[in-house]
Amino acid sequence: MEKEKNKSFIDRVWDLFASVKLAVVIFSVIALTSMVGTVIEQNVEPEKNLTVLAKLFGESAAPTLYSILDKLGFMNMYHSWWFVTLLLLFAMNLIVCSLDRLPRILKLVREPIRPLSEEHIEKMSIRRTVPFKGKPSGLREEAASAIRKIGFRPSESETEKGLQFYAEKGSFTRLGVYITHLSILIILAGAIIGLYFGFNAYLNLPEGQTTSVAYKDRGAEVPLGFEVRCDNFEVDYYGDSDMPKAYKSWLTVFKNGKEVMNKVISVNDPLTYEGITFYQSSFGTVPDSMDRGVVVLTVVSKDGKSEQVNTRVGGAFTIPGTSETGKITNFSPALSFDQAGRPYTYDQNLLNPAIFVEFSSPDGKPFSGWILQRYPQTWNLPDGGRVEFRSFWGVQYTGLQVRKDPGVLIVYLGCIIMAIGLYITFFMSHRRLWVSLAEEKGTARILIGASANRNRASFEKDIEKLAGLLGEARKGGK
Amino acid sequence: MAYILAMVLYIGYLAFRKKAIGVVATTVTIAGFLSQTIAILLRWKEFYDIGQMGWLRAIPLTNLYESLIFFVWCLILAYLVIEFKYKNRSFGAFITPVAALVLAFIDISGMSKNIQPLVPALQSNWLLAHVTMSFISYSMFAVSFSTGLMYLIVKTEKRNEPAYIFWTVMLSIFIIVLCALGLDYLTFKLSVKSQEELIKSYLFKATFRNSSSAVSLLSWAVSAALTFVIWRFGGALRKIITGFNISAETLDEITYKSIAMGFPIFTLGGLIFGAIWADQAWGKYWTWDPKETWSLITWFFYAFYLHSRLMRGWRGKKVAMVAVLGFVAVIFTYLGVNLLLSGLHSYGSQ
Repeated sequence: MEKEKNKSFIDRVWDLFASVKLAVVIFSVIALTSMVGTVIEQNVEPEKNLTVLAKLFGESAAPTLYSILDKLGFMNMYHSWWFVTLLLLFAMNLIVCSLDRLPRILKLVREPIRPLSEEHIEKMSIRRTVPFKGKPSGLREEAASAIRKIGFRPSESETEKGLQFYAEKGSFTRLGVYITHLSILIILAGAIIGLYFGFNAYLNLPEGQTTSVAYKDRGAEVPLGFEVRCDNFEVDYYGDSDMPKAYKSWLTVFKNGKEVMNKVISVNDPLTYEGITFYQSSFGTVPDSMDRGVVVLTVVSKDGKSEQVNTRVGGAFTIPGTSETGKITNFSPALSFDQAGRPYTYDQNLLNPAIFVEFSSPDGKPFSGWILQRYPQTWNLPDGGRVEFRSFWGVQYTGLQVRKDPGVLIVYLGCIIMAIGLYITFFMSHRRLWVSLAEEKGTARILIGASANRNRASFEKDIEKLAGLLGEARKGGK
Repeated sequence: MAYILAMVLYIGYLAFRKKAIGVVATTVTIAGFLSQTIAILLRWKEFYDIGQMGWLRAIPLTNLYESLIFFVWCLILAYLVIEFKYKNRSFGAFITPVAALVLAFIDISGMSKNIQPLVPALQSNWLLAHVTMSFISYSMFAVSFSTGLMYLIVKTEKRNEPAYIFWTVMLSIFIIVLCALGLDYLTFKLSVKSQEELIKSYLFKATFRNSSSAVSLLSWAVSAALTFVIWRFGGALRKIITGFNISAETLDEITYKSIAMGFPIFTLGGLIFGAIWADQAWGKYWTWDPKETWSLITWFFYAFYLHSRLMRGWRGKKVAMVAVLGFVAVIFTYLGVNLLLSGLHSYGSQ
């Protein structure tokens, strides 16, 4: 007695989780709560959301509302216990639904197609009849080859009045829905694996520096297990604008002090080592570092001798093969000229670096001028030589997103399965057809009956073609 | 643009039931479609010439203006396919207004029509796959919205039925927004620098948010009156549509078919390709950024639609309502998120 009651309770829970109704309710709840999460910015300072709430509900209500929502976890809701519970319920629902229906469907799928009585064939959603004269057996070969022509492999059986062919295609497509559902579970599993065995961190690495740790959102260190050095960082701009076209970092990886990997990374092209991936995500200038910057120049004399020079602001260099010297007396991280032609610095970031060089030689007139890294036309000297401003190195940092996610491959696998499942579910169909050749009281006819669970119109065209082929076969038989 | 003329013609066709008007409407739509195709191709070429990237990456789909134009293009294409397949022009009166609304919105917002260089994150071959597939699915959903709404119009009889009230309200909101945008456009013929400026200063300024409270009040009153009129005389609209030999079953079928096409395309192109690209560019395949979350919400809406058809007592009107609401979610995913919420996806608003 007690046991039966228990069982019925479990049954009820099972039925609840197996119902489409619960699925629809969960869809709605997830959708509605997600909407709230997009209005309230996630993981930001309280002030931001306080202003949003004040705008929506008035100044006085905002703080109380904020504390209520905060307690309910809305400020980081996609990771809150109840949202995760919702997702788990969603997964449970999917699993139970599939387990509940799958055995029956599998049995149906495995069950082969059988011959049907003429009355049944006449009730099919697609029907055609073709009259003919003679014995059904006279048309056997023609009928079978016509069915093969539209892409089916027919089985054959004798009936009282003649014979019948029957065939089916895409029986397995009824499993498409379950494949899609399974893929969602795989994706969720991959996401959970990523959550527990992976991490997300960031790293701002200045040029020339090496690190063995990255940092999480709240500043906690994450050891990498190896070292990374940023050798160089560069930005390309669109024309004269300050809009970046591309930026890249030259990274070197060291394991136990030995260099093991070298790669230039850019946005959309990351580096992966030992399961940890480095993404180019941002860049910036290290504050108060301009005096540490190294000016990298290629100095070319008028007869083509060139030499690489690394110096600093305040430093000097000689043009190779001559006694002409240049002294860097001024620097601007972002130089522009006003309407009167006077130079000024328009930004503290390294947008358009420029050096002011004063040249002097024992036998020539001294001259001076601004040399800009982004404008090669400023590199030429009046006496035919050239000072190529290659880089102002050591003051920029590269902003890297650092991630380890062992679940990502599983998520991708789930995505592929989902694409296949959706394709099967929406673009393929289970098609069945019966062709009965019967003779009764001297009149004979071919009866075609067919059904498709989806995309009936295109199957109807195939059946039309089949009827046409059989019609020709009939004439050929005469 | 030709589509506004086509809209007028299709409505005229519905009202007067003259075959000639219908033929002209179709011709105008096709002409508009062809000229738009040429315009898109020219822009593609121009973009390719200045961008110095592969031609696959130079597809003009990188800001709000270009994407809206592409959306209209997909929508008209989908409509023409339906017109020729089902041999029925009446849908035109419901689909061309969507196209016209979008184009009016482009014009009034005066959004930047210049070709802009691509920021590094967008320089990827995934751009083409992700964005085109998303928009193809959006246009499918737009079709399902129109036919879903028509289904409701045909199917409802009593004025106190929830489904009846639902469609009258939806339809009047649609018309009101169209008119309000039109009035905005007529009042301020100027170009606006940023989306934020548009929202704060110009959107609905000629009507609901007019500085004079009398005009604002009047707009609300007119809207309410319009809703009432549609509610009161909705039966007449039903008669017009039923007079055009479209059975409710055909409408339901088109709604289902366009969602059955749009849903897998949206899942693959919008969500899966989006996730793969995000993984490459941002280092995370899913970040709960508002755009992603709203895509997921839209996805749930349509998953809801597909599943609710399986439930007893849900076929028909209730399901059609879900289809209509699904498209509202699409609009919000696409425009609302860019205009109102901030996040990683805010490329269009720059």
